[in-house]
Amino acid sequence: MSIQVRHVTKRFAQFTALDDVSVDIPTGSLTALLGPSGSGKSTLLRVIAGLDTADAGTVSIEGSDATHLPPQRREVGFVFQHYAPFKHMTVYDNIAFGLTVRKAGKAETKSKVNELLELVHLEKFQTRYPAQLSGGQRQRMALARALAVQPRVLLLDEPFGALDAQVRKELRTWLRRLHDEMHVTTVIVTHDQEEAMEVADEIVVLYDGRVQQVGHPNDVYGHPANDWVMSFLGPVTHFGSLLVRPHDLDLAHEASDGALPATVVRVTRLGFQTVVDLDMHGGQIYAQLAREATDRLTLEPGTLVYVRHARGEVLPAAPAIPVPVGVPAAGFEEDLS
Amino acid sequence: MASVGIGGSDGTVAVRGNRRPVARYGLRFVALGYLLVLLAAPVAMVFYRAFQHGLGPIWSALTTGEARSAIEVTLIVAISAVVLNTIFGVGTALLLVRRRFPGRHLLDVLVDIPQAVSPIVVGLALILVYGKFGFFGSWIERNGIKIIFSLPGMVLATAFVSLPLVVRSVAPVLAELGDEQEQAARTLGASSWQTFRRITLPSIRDALAYGIVLSLARSLGEYGAVTVVSGHVIGKTLTLTLFIDERLQNFDEPAAYSAAVLLAIIAMGSLLISRRFRARSRSVV
Repeated sequence: MSIQVRHVTKRFAQFTALDDVSVDIPTGSLTALLGPSGSGKSTLLRVIAGLDTADAGTVSIEGSDATHLPPQRREVGFVFQHYAPFKHMTVYDNIAFGLTVRKAGKAETKSKVNELLELVHLEKFQTRYPAQLSGGQRQRMALARALAVQPRVLLLDEPFGALDAQVRKELRTWLRRLHDEMHVTTVIVTHDQEEAMEVADEIVVLYDGRVQQVGHPNDVYGHPANDWVMSFLGPVTHFGSLLVRPHDLDLAHEASDGALPATVVRVTRLGFQTVVDLDMHGGQIYAQLAREATDRLTLEPGTLVYVRHARGEVLPAAPAIPVPVGVPAAGFEEDLS
Repeated sequence: MASVGIGGSDGTVAVRGNRRPVARYGLRFVALGYLLVLLAAPVAMVFYRAFQHGLGPIWSALTTGEARSAIEVTLIVAISAVVLNTIFGVGTALLLVRRRFPGRHLLDVLVDIPQAVSPIVVGLALILVYGKFGFFGSWIERNGIKIIFSLPGMVLATAFVSLPLVVRSVAPVLAELGDEQEQAARTLGASSWQTFRRITLPSIRDALAYGIVLSLARSLGEYGAVTVVSGHVIGKTLTLTLFIDERLQNFDEPAAYSAAVLLAIIAMGSLLISRRFRARSRSVV
């Protein structure tokens, strides 16, 4: 294990940011800490980096106890959400900073920085100042700066949060490729479940200062540990007393085993899929169907259909937790950011 | 109205259009007249009186032993005070902006006290503490250190009076800057000192320079606090301001005006320099 977090608790005045959190991060992996804002994910990252100190618990990096080490002795690379560029230094000097404070030789620094400039495609920009770079370029500079000191772990706080959608997608793919080449243990913090699932080998889902679930992206999506994880990771809707994914529901005109009757309220075609809003005993639910299925069925508002849960995971819906039922996950995420 | 521009320019035009010419010129006349009576005329008179008989008298008035001593004392006192306040000012600004500790608000208020208290009170207070019969005074005297009626006391008085200037120029820039860059430097392996020297200091450079120039101008012109603790030993503890006063008392007006002009020129020079730094420190942030 590269990073071991054991029973870490962190409070800010009245607010408990982390509540007895234990996490293992395997060497060479790319792990995402996923959760809504206020879930404690950024605090956990800062505790690992030594930028915040835990009130209780321990952190060890590569087998040695780092709980009381100051950040400059932890050998971690940290990329801040807004990149924290050194504004008065050129791109070259920014990347060289970690080497210069270590009093590395001139020639060694130069070759290392040039190598990194090439890696992040900023060779042409090395004499520019951060203010003269785009968001994506600043982000790559911050990444190169963190990598220059050959950190044992690379920590990225909402690395794509401040970028527009197009650049975000590009950088995401690029970061994943970079990780596959370099194999440096990487932890990213994100509130975007799609991002986490696309990039990470392992997802740690955090909510309310606690770890809700740890697992491979498919596991946390397919076998969520609880209602909250299920609704945070993807769209959910009610089916009777159950919580299900709307794309796991099938509609038919004839009754069958386990099928429940409902009335079509609205049919929305979104390219390859169709969203069917249904009224089931006065409750609003929705199903996501493939286009052919809708074409076969001829659905109109007012049509009576039978809804069947065809496949996938099921969780009993516990009304105690505020689950955003009927709201697609993408919309839910926007609310939180 | 021809301009179909943005709201702001439109509004200005409208206000100007509505105002009667009498009111417009009247306001300018009052503002300029006020400045003329209060500022321009007296300063111009000082310059006129000093240069009345050409450069020769000024040169000779400023090169007497007493005048040279006054210039020297002024520089020693002002520079020492500025050095003290630069170190203290940056430290205090960092403490106020970057740390949370009990008593922080008290410190914040204390820093401004020199601006509220009359300099002459500062001088008296210093005598009460460090004077011959003062709180530490007897102990200090027994150890052969002289503070009151000598240079150390004058440096203390001057430093006290100009204390808030560096703190108040640097603190807002530090606050605006945030501590992310410093944290980034730490994760990259920089020690506290390296972080300060290579990240914090370059970022506050212009604001600090502005504070230093302000302090210097204030220190050079200080009169009230210094007059109480200096003891007026001619040729030893007279600063330029005290020298001007002393010369006036002795009806040596040429010397007084010459020294006054010298002080005014230095002050205006610092003001010009400080404006540049202020503009830059604002544009950087």
